[in-house]
Amino acid sequence: MTSRLADGPEAIQDSMAQVLELSPVESHLHPEGSFDLADHPVPTGMEEIWRFTPLKRLRDLHKDTPLDGDDFTIEVDAAPGVTAVSVPAADSARGVSGYVPVDRVSARAWAAARSVFEVMIPADAEVAQPTTLHLRGGSIEKAAAGHLLVRAGRFSRSVVIVDYSGSATWAENIEVVLEDGAELTFVTVQDWNDDSVHVVTQHATVGRDATFKHVAVSLGGDVVRASTSADYRGTGGSVEMLGVYFADAGQHIEHRLFADHTAPKTKSNVEYKGALQGDGAHTVWIGNVLIRKEAQGILTYESNDNLVLTDGAKADSVPNLEIETGDIEGAGHASTTGRFDDEHLFYLQSRGIPEEEARRLVVHGFFHDIIRRIGVPALQERLIASIETELAGHLGQAEHVGRIPA
Amino acid sequence: MATLEIKDLHVSVTTEEGEKKILKGVDLTVKTGEVHAIMGPNGSGKSTLAYSIAGHPKYNITGGSVTLDGVDILSMKVDERARAGLFLAMQYPVEVPGVSVANFLRTAKTAIDGEAPKLRTWVKDVNEALERVTLDKDFAQRSVNEGFSGGEKKRHEIAQLELLNPKFAVLDETDSGLDIDALRVVSDGVNRFSGQGDRGVLLITHYTRILRYIKPDYVHVFVAGRVADQGGPELADELEANGYDKYVKAAAEVTSA
Repeated sequence: MTSRLADGPEAIQDSMAQVLELSPVESHLHPEGSFDLADHPVPTGMEEIWRFTPLKRLRDLHKDTPLDGDDFTIEVDAAPGVTAVSVPAADSARGVSGYVPVDRVSARAWAAARSVFEVMIPADAEVAQPTTLHLRGGSIEKAAAGHLLVRAGRFSRSVVIVDYSGSATWAENIEVVLEDGAELTFVTVQDWNDDSVHVVTQHATVGRDATFKHVAVSLGGDVVRASTSADYRGTGGSVEMLGVYFADAGQHIEHRLFADHTAPKTKSNVEYKGALQGDGAHTVWIGNVLIRKEAQGILTYESNDNLVLTDGAKADSVPNLEIETGDIEGAGHASTTGRFDDEHLFYLQSRGIPEEEARRLVVHGFFHDIIRRIGVPALQERLIASIETELAGHLGQAEHVGRIPA
Repeated sequence: MATLEIKDLHVSVTTEEGEKKILKGVDLTVKTGEVHAIMGPNGSGKSTLAYSIAGHPKYNITGGSVTLDGVDILSMKVDERARAGLFLAMQYPVEVPGVSVANFLRTAKTAIDGEAPKLRTWVKDVNEALERVTLDKDFAQRSVNEGFSGGEKKRHEIAQLELLNPKFAVLDETDSGLDIDALRVVSDGVNRFSGQGDRGVLLITHYTRILRYIKPDYVHVFVAGRVADQGGPELADELEANGYDKYVKAAAEVTSA
């Protein structure tokens, strides 16, 4: 396989070289990437990385369908001091994260993207107001490719949100670079129409003592497959990946996370929570963590909890932890998939709360802790409202309640 | 005046070995203005009685009736029973992650009253109810019972009792596991509730200790799924002195005969 950058300035090549100085790892958790499409044969569905994905519903994104659609709009609300512009792919700094496509859809999107949307947060900037990119798809007819690059300068502090809506067949790569000491909250909100297909690969590289919070909110779409990885360019980097998803009848929502501990004294904390309801609702969560020989004294924890609200819904949850050093501070994972707890419902109902209302409370409670930690108030409120809407579709309106005359 | 009437109640649970009969014909009538204590050894079916009245799905009613002023409550859902005026203070209150006490109480109060409580007075009411059972008002922002100590959970049950103010309260071993200070706090709460005059209390307990603080009008001895004896407060004193031995022995003779 060839592992090289398709383009980009010399400086990027240098920083790549640093990353690649790591000892080689024989692990399925760390596939060798390639920009060459020939290295990524069309998947059959038997491959480990594709076995959960309904390939038939990908509209040939994984095969050879052209990615030349342009029926979409991007609106930007950039915070003061933050630049957010589209630049031709050839002139862009893409590749700066060290990312090399790890699957065929990603390699195809890389080759097809004509432009790169670049969001730059200058060094030392403290930006309270989020920068939001609204990507709205106009049609599913023609598949399209996107590329987003977010660079958080040294010691900057900022929030970047990508908000997806409308209808699209969308293949995408996202790169995130945190320079040393940067603090970045990066949020994706998949609020697509029911007919959208979105396959996105995201990679973040985290500088020395930098803090990366990645938040994935996945609500809409027919098929959403988001692969997110993070590695570290220096000691002391911290990655938190939070996810909230809600799958309805027929929806496939897949999150693949990979924390690649490439430096000592780094941290990763992955927490995803999802609810499923309706026939054929399917969620997949793959939580991969690799602790390399160099990554001494690291701390990692990953968890995934699924709440199955109705029959006919299915949650797959697979944590993987691979440890190549004996010197770690802590490593753990947990995965739960359950139905409503009868005792919760009984307790709430015994206080007069009708069953439907009790179920609402339990679902909101299930998501509460993780939503609270997103740390973007407007988004938190919107998310609570979205969960309410999802539940209304299933539970119906709360019945009128009152003291029953005895 | 309201009446809670339990007649010839038979209840079983499904176990791995099959149906297990627990209550074998319980008769008990509680009127508002009365405090009834139900005492008995472990495994006598006291808690089963409490949960059966509240409607826990684990318990199968196989015979008999429970009525509130003549209205069958066994056909009601759990929440309907609560809205009809019943309250169960649980021995092991359930932790509900992510649901704040404030939200829980407001939702319950709204369901019971059929309208949302007035915001201005409600916050004050909640704070005062928590304060009366010596819980800091910060508890309103915590998840329901999550991380509460045993005593805090019981005091939280009593705060709910006072805020929701039902017609009848069934207290399932609310005293067990409490230190003497917490026992006083809980007892004071129950006495405030029953002191309103038009409220009924069914106090289930293993120990006579709580009866130093809550004076029952009637005492029922519960053994092997039945009321084995009943009387006034003096029966509690006798149990304190002699224990349940003679009742357990008598029940065993009946069973083996």
